[in-house]
Amino acid sequence: MTAFVNQLPIGLSIGAVLLLVALGLTFTFGQMGVINMAHGEFIMAGAYTAFLIGDLVLALPAAFLVAGAMGLVLERAAVRHFYGRPLDTLLLTWGVSLVLQQLARDLFGAPNVQVPAPSWLAGGVGILPYNRLFIMALAVAGVVAVWLYLNRTALGRRTQAVVQNRRLAATSGIDTGRVDMLTFFVGSGLAGVAGVALTLIGPVGPGLGTYYIVDAFLVVVAGGLGQLRGAVLAAAGLGLLNSYAEFWSDASLAKVIVFAVIIAFLQVRPQGMFVLRSRVLT
Amino acid sequence: MRDLIRRNLPFAAVAVVALVAAPLLLEPFRLGLLAKYLCYAIVALGIGLAWGKGGMLTLGQGVFFGLGGYAMAMYLKLTEAGPGGLPDFMVWSGVEELPALWAPFASPVLALGMAVLGPMALAVVLGTLVFRQRVRGAYFAILTQALAAALVILLVGQQGLTGGTNGMTNFFELFGRDLAEDSTQRGLYLVTAGVLGVLYLATRQLVNSRFGRLLVAVRDGEDRVRFLGYDPALVKTVTFAISAGMAGLAGALFVPVVGIISPALLGVVPSLELVVAVAVGGRHALAGAVLGAVVMGYAKTAFSEQFADGWLYLQGALFILVMTLAPKGIAGLLGRVRRARTA
Amino acid sequence: MRISRPIVPVALALALAACGSDAQPAAEAQEIKVGLLHSLSGTMAISEVTVRDAELLAIDEINRAGGVLGKKLVPVAEDGASDWPTFAEKATKLIRQDKVATVFGGWTSASRKAMLPVFERYKALLWYPVQYEGLESSPYIFYTGATTNQQIIPGLDYLKEQGKKKVFLVGSDYVFPRTANKIIKAYAAANGMEVLGEEYTPLGHTEYSTLVNKVVQARPDAVFNTLNGDSNVAFFKQLKSAGVTAETMPVLSVSVAEEEVTGIGVDNIAGHPVAWNYYQTTETPANEAFVKAYKAKYGATKVTSDPMEAGYNAVYLWAEAVKKAGTTEVEAVKKAAPGISLDRPEGKVTIDGENQHLYKTARIGIIQPDGLIKQVWDSGEPIKPDPYLKAYPWAAGLAAS
Repeated sequence: MTAFVNQLPIGLSIGAVLLLVALGLTFTFGQMGVINMAHGEFIMAGAYTAFLIGDLVLALPAAFLVAGAMGLVLERAAVRHFYGRPLDTLLLTWGVSLVLQQLARDLFGAPNVQVPAPSWLAGGVGILPYNRLFIMALAVAGVVAVWLYLNRTALGRRTQAVVQNRRLAATSGIDTGRVDMLTFFVGSGLAGVAGVALTLIGPVGPGLGTYYIVDAFLVVVAGGLGQLRGAVLAAAGLGLLNSYAEFWSDASLAKVIVFAVIIAFLQVRPQGMFVLRSRVLT
Repeated sequence: MRDLIRRNLPFAAVAVVALVAAPLLLEPFRLGLLAKYLCYAIVALGIGLAWGKGGMLTLGQGVFFGLGGYAMAMYLKLTEAGPGGLPDFMVWSGVEELPALWAPFASPVLALGMAVLGPMALAVVLGTLVFRQRVRGAYFAILTQALAAALVILLVGQQGLTGGTNGMTNFFELFGRDLAEDSTQRGLYLVTAGVLGVLYLATRQLVNSRFGRLLVAVRDGEDRVRFLGYDPALVKTVTFAISAGMAGLAGALFVPVVGIISPALLGVVPSLELVVAVAVGGRHALAGAVLGAVVMGYAKTAFSEQFADGWLYLQGALFILVMTLAPKGIAGLLGRVRRARTA
Repeated sequence: MRISRPIVPVALALALAACGSDAQPAAEAQEIKVGLLHSLSGTMAISEVTVRDAELLAIDEINRAGGVLGKKLVPVAEDGASDWPTFAEKATKLIRQDKVATVFGGWTSASRKAMLPVFERYKALLWYPVQYEGLESSPYIFYTGATTNQQIIPGLDYLKEQGKKKVFLVGSDYVFPRTANKIIKAYAAANGMEVLGEEYTPLGHTEYSTLVNKVVQARPDAVFNTLNGDSNVAFFKQLKSAGVTAETMPVLSVSVAEEEVTGIGVDNIAGHPVAWNYYQTTETPANEAFVKAYKAKYGATKVTSDPMEAGYNAVYLWAEAVKKAGTTEVEAVKKAAPGISLDRPEGKVTIDGENQHLYKTARIGIIQPDGLIKQVWDSGEPIKPDPYLKAYPWAAGLAAS
């Protein structure tokens, strides 16, 4: 029975990890329609930043900047030529992701590296270790920050305007190119932050990004494009589902169950939980 | 008549090279590799149809390829085990009785049928579910990718039934012929090349038909096609099923050619690599898709024989370059050259 | 799309030409080509590159000592790319095109299973250097790593000696963990031990909170861990943060060696036991020389591990068999190999004539705070390899041979 009850916080903490890795995608994929397969490698870049800095707290802003800068370069150099062609960006960024993986292998070596966890994160409350609580807190902070950015800053409101109607926004004097750049920067930066958090619970190696990318996309798809509350609910839901499905069966089956549930869910709500209403004709 | 000949001349030239020159000139090892690339080319042809013509970016084509491959592998394993026998991997997985799922695959007709119809049926189910709900574009791409990831986990988890991560290997004979013999391998190569040729012609015919025009129309303006009274979901589902069937057949050919099927061959990465190959060759032309698969297959072999680490760089860079500089792929580039000359 | 048609014949002809153009010149009479087939890219590269390095070191040393039959060994390295069909393809290339005398290669069982038909078909030799799940004895493969009765069973003997009665089994979802766990369950049934749970996770899995919860709730005396690769990092990190220590619940691993310890983090794994046949700290004269030579060639911070040592041994054992046979011809080498006995870094190893495995000494070690492994138990003498566990009555019926 305890084990069963324990799965509840465990599920939420799995959800927090999913939310963290997917948060950046709600920007790049959700807001801009860019399928960034290199998102996983930006997460990896964040993790390696933590490795280089060696201090978790300092690494958070640093990783945000490093991954954000990488995103910025990617957007300026390539992605911006592809707006409106999401499938092409998918292939393009997959190429980028391959290059970044090999680059990490050449720079840091193929074996995993170790990022020491800070001593103040040792221990825990009940079934949840402090490091899991830290990740949950970070996820909540991330969501709040994103919400504030989108709704309470001029830049964020401009971003929303561009998402809802790019042409009208441009006509209204918004520099859509600048908004795109910034959105990509923030989205990629959030991936970097996720990478730092992941060093607490998983391996830090060139393949890090590949372990999370599919799950991250599923969260965004289930939540609805560009929908922050959708992503939050989807991440929590998938986390809990994962936790209980694995509890009753095993890890392999749990993954298959999660996928089946998502397909079934998209039958009911093909656009995800929440739909952005827009008057733009497809 | 003259037009008909002129139109088919390039195809005939390729056919001669592939069916006559290659088996004569290449040593058996290289011919086997070429046969492998041609198997991938069959999958690529299907992707070219679904993606290039129909706008459906399928990132899970490995699923269908794998189902076809496993169907064939099950047949091969069963013929070797003989009546009442068990495939080798079941013995070391501790399975004592042949699972009921396996029983039909003792028949070559059923096994081959399953290799093609199984993937098609799955595609119809999936297509009906997602296309009816107007799930498209990126959503569809990600769903198919997740399907590939899920199938790999499922196959790996059912070791007694599927051979787990190892997959199935160690095949000795096909229809009574020794697979180790060079002559058998040459025969397999010719069959593969023949199948590819026939499928290419058939697909070209399909694309040029009324259905093909409807498909392109769905790609370019799904809602408009719907307003005109057609059912885009049906058109897409049929196309998706055809491409799945091709992938399944390719998988069935791949197994005796290469001698192994394993989950690693049908996961996220191999599925993506095939899409890459199509993009590099040129997705808007069916011939481009085929060409891309052969070129990328060859490049991978050649590169990894020279410098292993570089392959990822090259593949990634090639990809970035093709997408940014030549989105129509090699076929598009060559087309441009040709147009410039005739102009 | 008319534009594209004419290009196809041209391109195909080009590809064909390229395919056919790389016929190799005949090997020079003064050289013997040997194939090295490991993953140099992909997920397995992390482990397999080190084995290849150790094999290259052995080839170097042998060449410096005058080579084999007066000829120099020339390594031909190919990349298995962590992809089983590629292993089969490259093995074919090494045998048919490069005409190597023998191949040293593989790591995962899946790669070995994929190569096996190739070596049997062309009657060529493969030396496989990694501990594995047993139940195999190909006439064209020499196995220089441990089989189950030289690693899994000694590991269980050790746990039993320590009074651990209740165990929990955790493994990656593939053939080695599943077979190992079948053996463990049969052993437990015969030895009064209890298996509290058996869990598998997909390869590359990194979310272990649910599994850790299951383990903690079951309260086993020990965990038998057959996880592979990156999963070990996630598992040990999450186990540690759940408050599990080596004192309360030791986790015996059979796929964690010296080089994995850094990535997992010494803090997370120190104190837990592992089962192998060799450690960097193993005290033999041959090991002192091996560690020194390896560090000299590849860097002072590098560590040596069991599979590396097994790969290093494979080259020496093959060279010895060739010397004895007086030729590199496969059947002659196979005939000469049984009974060959050498003092290697892990101590004395002998090729068994029956199944082409090695007699090896089993060793249990504890991971130290410096990342190295200290031996705390050994089997005393080399154990006769028994891939089908015929000598263990309780294992009858595990698998028909």
